Amino acid sequence: MKLDINGRSHEIDAPDDMPLLWVLRDLVGLTGTKYGCGMAQCGACTVHVDGQPMRSCVTPASAVAGQKITTIESLSDDASHPVQRAWIELDVVQCGYCQSGQVMAAAALIRAKPKPSDADIDAAMAGNLCRCGTYQRIRAAVHRAAELAREDGHA
Amino acid sequence: MRDPADLPAPSRRRFLATGAALSGGLVIACFVPSAARRAFAAAAPPAPAPVDPNAFVRIGADGTVSVLLKHSEMGQGVWTSLPMVLAEELDCDWKTVRVAHAPAAPAYAHTAFGMQMTGGSTSTWESFEQLRRAGAMARAMLVAAAAKKWKVDPASCRTEAGFILSGTHKAGYGELAEDASKLPAPATVALKDPAQWRLIGKPTRRLDSRAKVTGRAEFGIDVQRPGLLVATLARPPVFGATLERFDATKAKAVAGVVDVVAIPNGVAVLAKHFWAAKTGRDALEITWNEGAGATLSSEALRDEYRRLAGTRGAVAKTAGDVDAALAAAPTRIEADYELPFLAHAPMEPLNCTVEIGKDRCEIWTGTQFQTPDQAAAAKILGLEPEKVTIHTTFLGGGFGRRANPASDFIIEAVQVAKAAGKPVKLVWTREDDIRGGYYRPMWLSRFAAALGKDGTPVAWSHTLVGQSIIDGTPFAPMMIKDGVDVTSVEGAANSPYLAAIPAHRVDLHSPKSPVTVLWWRSVGHSHTGFAVESFVDELAHAAKQDPLAYRRALLPAGSRERRVLDLAADKAGWGQPLAKGRARGLAVHASFESFVAQVAEVSLEDGRIRVHRVTCAIDCGPVVNPLTVEAQMQSGIVYGLGAALYGQLTLKRGRVEQSNFHDYRALRLDEMPVVDVHIVDSKDKMGGVGEPGTPPIAPAVANAVFALTGKRLRRLPFALD
Amino acid sequence: MHVCILRIFATLSALLLAASAFARVAEADADFATVQRVLQHPRCANCHIPGDAPLQFDDSRPHAQHVRRGDDGKGAPGLPCSTCHGQANLPASYGAHVPPGAPNWHLPPAAHRMVFIDAPAAQLCRTLKDSAQNGGKDLAALLEHVRSDALVLWGWNPGQGRAPVPVPHADFVDAFRRWTDAGAPCPG
Repeated sequence: MKLDINGRSHEIDAPDDMPLLWVLRDLVGLTGTKYGCGMAQCGACTVHVDGQPMRSCVTPASAVAGQKITTIESLSDDASHPVQRAWIELDVVQCGYCQSGQVMAAAALIRAKPKPSDADIDAAMAGNLCRCGTYQRIRAAVHRAAELAREDGHA
Repeated sequence: MRDPADLPAPSRRRFLATGAALSGGLVIACFVPSAARRAFAAAAPPAPAPVDPNAFVRIGADGTVSVLLKHSEMGQGVWTSLPMVLAEELDCDWKTVRVAHAPAAPAYAHTAFGMQMTGGSTSTWESFEQLRRAGAMARAMLVAAAAKKWKVDPASCRTEAGFILSGTHKAGYGELAEDASKLPAPATVALKDPAQWRLIGKPTRRLDSRAKVTGRAEFGIDVQRPGLLVATLARPPVFGATLERFDATKAKAVAGVVDVVAIPNGVAVLAKHFWAAKTGRDALEITWNEGAGATLSSEALRDEYRRLAGTRGAVAKTAGDVDAALAAAPTRIEADYELPFLAHAPMEPLNCTVEIGKDRCEIWTGTQFQTPDQAAAAKILGLEPEKVTIHTTFLGGGFGRRANPASDFIIEAVQVAKAAGKPVKLVWTREDDIRGGYYRPMWLSRFAAALGKDGTPVAWSHTLVGQSIIDGTPFAPMMIKDGVDVTSVEGAANSPYLAAIPAHRVDLHSPKSPVTVLWWRSVGHSHTGFAVESFVDELAHAAKQDPLAYRRALLPAGSRERRVLDLAADKAGWGQPLAKGRARGLAVHASFESFVAQVAEVSLEDGRIRVHRVTCAIDCGPVVNPLTVEAQMQSGIVYGLGAALYGQLTLKRGRVEQSNFHDYRALRLDEMPVVDVHIVDSKDKMGGVGEPGTPPIAPAVANAVFALTGKRLRRLPFALD
Repeated sequence: MHVCILRIFATLSALLLAASAFARVAEADADFATVQRVLQHPRCANCHIPGDAPLQFDDSRPHAQHVRRGDDGKGAPGLPCSTCHGQANLPASYGAHVPPGAPNWHLPPAAHRMVFIDAPAAQLCRTLKDSAQNGGKDLAALLEHVRSDALVLWGWNPGQGRAPVPVPHADFVDAFRRWTDAGAPCPG
């Protein structure tokens, strides 16, 4: 199958049922997307497919052939995405393992809702687990990221 | 604005390249024996004398300061806070600091435990003097090199943000690093007066943020090596079961599967990628000899614990005639508190990468326990420990699970690599993690107390029942005294309330079971904090007294417990009216030499407990990085609250009933209370911050629910009906 | 005499007609009961809810992760249903607890919620036929919807860990057709 990952076309030889997550991690070598549960419970594997957030652990790679797949590695080249800047500014991360997924989920949120309310943030980010408990800073950083995106005219 | 967090991430490759390029740079090995060596250090392997590669700091010709971190970064922030300590004395420019995990080597032994490890909320206090001295020695050598070069008195030199200045002379550390490296390390160095500190105590942002928001931080599970196979292991479905036979025909037929090998703890499937290893494992046909563990159930264990609680256990602490005082008192209060088995469930499932070469072995993993893991691997391979290189990656959470005296996830991976004769990365699925044992033990605390006429307790009996996490480990000789595992009763036998109660007794039953158990964030305090702080609250209500005033009266005046209790209560507005349908509860608990009080504000929403706000006060002594302390308090609260609301593992017919985050739930962002953290400005002894935030939250919430509803929650996880 | 006979005949005819009409009403009610049984099965009703928090599984427990309806019924902004629910159920190799999938996984939009769960028959019936709520569908469109919509059909092929709707799909469609043919009368 042919996959469009981060703007590059990859010819992938994988079983039909192989999740996108493991294609990314073990076949393409993009390890920024994380495995946490394998059943869409934790959000660590979140990528964007045609601009929409998707849990790559429950997405057969064959189901997204031909679609535009974006992983944390290409959200920006230089940590300049508003979400990444806000995360750094507000010192969000701890162990960091869930943060690729958190950042991808937050990026999807501010794209869908450029000025999210507290309730919007709770609703969208409840799908991403963090065992270190960075939630309070994530809430603040999503607001900050939205602000930065508006300043950039990003939206 | 640029700050250290904006600098490129210190990837392993970059660091090594820098290291290689600085052959002429400054390399300092520095060993400062701690005066604080603890009793159990004797049980651990002794730390051999220092040798050259064991360095804490390297200064490149370009002025880059590389700090070798002997502790494991697992979210707790040592990647930032410990380099701050060294950089303070080195007087370097903070923006030039890079960090890398140190290899496993005797030089990096914990100054109190005598082995390389991260745990017990000890990292900052145990290495504080060591890192200050390392920084000061490096600075002194740079100054000496400058003085020699400029032919000036070293006393005329001063340092400032990575430069040495004397009169009209000025040079960067990088320019002097090579000369300095040729000088002997000074035997003694003067340390800065704390009043001169420019970094220590200042809120300082993390150095690992950039790597972690770009997906470039390397965790153990991310390790890639040429020819590396990924393995999964089919482990026994029942604790204590053994492999009888297996048929790998179907597994081997799965595309991508390369090999199937048996090891003592199961059958491993090695494949070109995880998915093949997992689907291959699903296709294995295995017969287990389940043994006695197959009849185990947590309900039966619970019955047994309740029976045991009615008998006298090994006495951990006693004073006065408890039974007589209980019998004589007009008011007698009794209560049982129960806590379940818990998995740590760090976000990164356990994993370990092993490459065995001729007379050597390399291991990449996120571990909290380098020295025991190195020794365990060496033993399997018949190598000397120093022939086993451990590359510590970032840890995707630890919470104690990656500090296993049994080195389970290391041993399995080494055995698989050895059996297959191939480099392998053994990866646990989440189900493996939830069902894989090494749990926080199940606990029962049974209390009886008698109150005097004024409501003050005059007798206190506390019987604990739960498995020992130390029994059977190398720590047992030092940590089990007269049948009492000190970690089982910490926070109970040394409860600060006991001093005010003339007759008291704390005793312990340590039943054995096939379920493997381990420390879980805050160790014994994870259950004693809930039990003691709930029961004291019950006594306050029985005495018809305010829970805050009741505790204050029992706690010694001037105690650090009282200080944090007062601060938390004040900041939370204790006693002030709340919105209808809300109530507050509080708890105070000391652990890991720090003191934490929390006030929780709760309501019920659709019959569920909603925690709106937690006001937290901590006294951990002098603070290196306030941002770290604040984050760790939030973190400990989230971890403890998730467990209190949802966490439990149950066993039926020997099987763990839960398997993944759908039925072993964690707190989610929409359930996150607002957490206000207040740090006491304290000159007292430095304590830890990784764990002490966890114990008070469950009792604070339970006490608040009681205040709201009159219903006392004596069992975790909370159930309202 | 003739008049009399005619009258008797007319009365008989009227009675027969009434009886037949009565029978037809009873039949339509029975058909609607079948429809109701399907619509109120957890496979359908878990998302046809009055609030904004969908349910899941056969015991209709709150959906994991506290997911929300969203104004368009496709989930909260930033966490659309499609984040986890793909175009089809996942292969068995993914395990028993993964999210099911079907094309266009969604709830009714917030503006017209099409509440099925716990609705009395008459109310359910009115809701179903209300074109302001049902997306402007007439009876023929409704019939086509229950006959062929992929998300509806998922109710009979819900994957691992979920019971399918217990009425065979063909029987459901037949009952629905007879009910609409009878003029889609509402019970009571």
